[in-house]
Amino acid sequence: MEKFEVLRTAAVPLPIENIDTDQIIPARFLKATSREGFGENLFRDWRYDSNGNPIEDFALNDTRYNGKILVAGKNFGCGSSREHAAWAIYDAGFKVVISSFFADIFRGNALNNGLLPLQVSDEMLQRLFVQIEQDPQTELVVDLPKQEFYVPSWDESVSFEIDPYKKECLINGYDDIDFLVSQKEAIEAYETNRAWAF
Amino acid sequence: MAKSLFDKIWDAHVVKTIPGGLDVFYIDKHLIHEVTSPQAFDELQARELPLFRKEQMVATADHNVPTKDQHLPISEPLSRMQVDKLTENCAKFGVELFGLGHKNQGIVHVIGPELGITQPGMTIVCGDSHTSTHGAFGAIAFGIGTSQVAQVMASQCLLLSRPKRMRIVVDGELKAGVTAKDLILYVISKLGTGGATGYFVEYAGSAVRSLSMEGRMTVCNMSIEMGARGGMIAPDDTTFNYLKGRQNAPHGEKWDQAVAYWKTLYSEDGAPFEAEYFFDASDIAPMITYGTNPGMGIAINSAIPVNVQSSEAVSFDKSLKYMGFAPGETLLGKEINYVFIGSCTNSRIEDLRIVAEYVRGKQKAQHVEAIIVPGSKHVELQAREEGIDIVLAEAGFELREPGCSACLAMNEDKIPAGAYCVSTSNRNFEGRQGPGSRTLLASPLVAAITAVEGKIVDITQYLS
Ligand code: SF4
Repeated sequence: MEKFEVLRTAAVPLPIENIDTDQIIPARFLKATSREGFGENLFRDWRYDSNGNPIEDFALNDTRYNGKILVAGKNFGCGSSREHAAWAIYDAGFKVVISSFFADIFRGNALNNGLLPLQVSDEMLQRLFVQIEQDPQTELVVDLPKQEFYVPSWDESVSFEIDPYKKECLINGYDDIDFLVSQKEAIEAYETNRAWAF
Repeated sequence: MAKSLFDKIWDAHVVKTIPGGLDVFYIDKHLIHEVTSPQAFDELQARELPLFRKEQMVATADHNVPTKDQHLPISEPLSRMQVDKLTENCAKFGVELFGLGHKNQGIVHVIGPELGITQPGMTIVCGDSHTSTHGAFGAIAFGIGTSQVAQVMASQCLLLSRPKRMRIVVDGELKAGVTAKDLILYVISKLGTGGATGYFVEYAGSAVRSLSMEGRMTVCNMSIEMGARGGMIAPDDTTFNYLKGRQNAPHGEKWDQAVAYWKTLYSEDGAPFEAEYFFDASDIAPMITYGTNPGMGIAINSAIPVNVQSSEAVSFDKSLKYMGFAPGETLLGKEINYVFIGSCTNSRIEDLRIVAEYVRGKQKAQHVEAIIVPGSKHVELQAREEGIDIVLAEAGFELREPGCSACLAMNEDKIPAGAYCVSTSNRNFEGRQGPGSRTLLASPLVAAITAVEGKIVDITQYLS
């Protein structure tokens, strides 16, 4: 996993609520057996019409917008557990998703892939949408070590929450598997001592 | 302190708690399928890690498989490759596989329970969000991402924070024509798609108790549609009777020991819940969804809402536009093109029986294509033994072979763009059943009646 520290970049706005993983990456694109290449089909059916032509007013096709942060409406990533959703967003070049609410499995999947789900208040989210709409080149700064997020032109910063262990993992590029494998002894001891074994 | 069902099982599976509060959490059963496992097997190999507890894993091919001519090679090359990859990985790592053609093959959440793999008190995971289905047995069961699939393969554990607890109590008696599916669609319409995010839900109350195991599975299955990590129901005699004698259930003396333990699995009086909701079963009507998330459900004879919160207005309008519906209108009389009866929500024998009972001696409407996809080979066989296949065929319904099918349309079973499908599955997201498809979620009974009438009707008028 790539390391994450401080990110300064513009953002792409998607002011739609309840964006589900079937929109992020439709099921028909889940047939690959590797992790790469899903970015191409990110938001496929919102991005292209049925003939494969780009839908111009969709934010990802809108040349005004670019950057490594996706700012999306409330309850982002609901639906299926497909990690392909996180892979697709990351593969398309995003490092952070900002929303006022994330679905649980998506949040976990994102963190396991170096993609930071950054939760802000509903109010902050609306302010961001307005700001990006007014000035699409607005830069946002995400400082993970400090757990801070700010828009330099606003002159104020907002702190965000992240599990301390997950934060360490992201900053250092570690993932859970290394840690869990290192716990083998404790796991085997648990297996022998449990009261009810299946 | 009084303990909840959830806490009893959770506590029994904590290997250790690490500084910062995350638990190293032990998994009893790990189910896998072809779509979310290949990258996990690759990861294991790339790190040169062995599979830690292969005997606690079971694999099946379900998401991608055709539902016709399963004895022939899969014609779609990418689907075939994914299914072949699963076969190859299972052989290499020694994982038991119920692949195409195997008598135990079926949708992962249908076969776990029917083979007695799913048992009370267990922790069960699968790279699939509807793993919550297994909670119907009083287990902690939830969906995980592929990175976590690899973690469980490597260590039989996950690193987790304990979710909050929610209890949803439904008391009273369900009215005629109101099923487990209506109950859960109703609850989701009240709580919304994110209403239970961060929580693990226990369903309780007399209406829930009165449900069969099939019905309980339908309820727990859709927990994820309101954002819950999972759903569960305390085991009782209904659970034990269902499990007794099943292939993987304990036998003899072990059975008695198991039941004695399972009987301790319930929420004690005064057990803490961070959130609690109470519903009256008699308020629930046959339900249907009109929008593009499962929270957008209404009683079948009522109107689509007009007023929504302003922050939701954009999404609401987008959704109705996609569906071709207008605020304030009723769905009654709307013509339907497809009826799909299947998916891990409603493809069990009880569901097929409900459909068969209603359509016996009737005919589906000419313009409707009605497809029934059983949840497993065992369900399919049972249906044939009971003559359900003949009843369905005579009514013009097509009984297929098991798989996820049009629930997510990864195989050939797709609903065409613009067409309306009344579906017994769990998601009505845009394009879920194929690009441009329009899905209306409902119970098998509503689906059966719709197929016969060819349009949405007030089903309460059609019950004898
Ligand atoms: S039937 Fe549908 S919801 Fe269930 S496991 Fe298959 S794809 Fe997922």
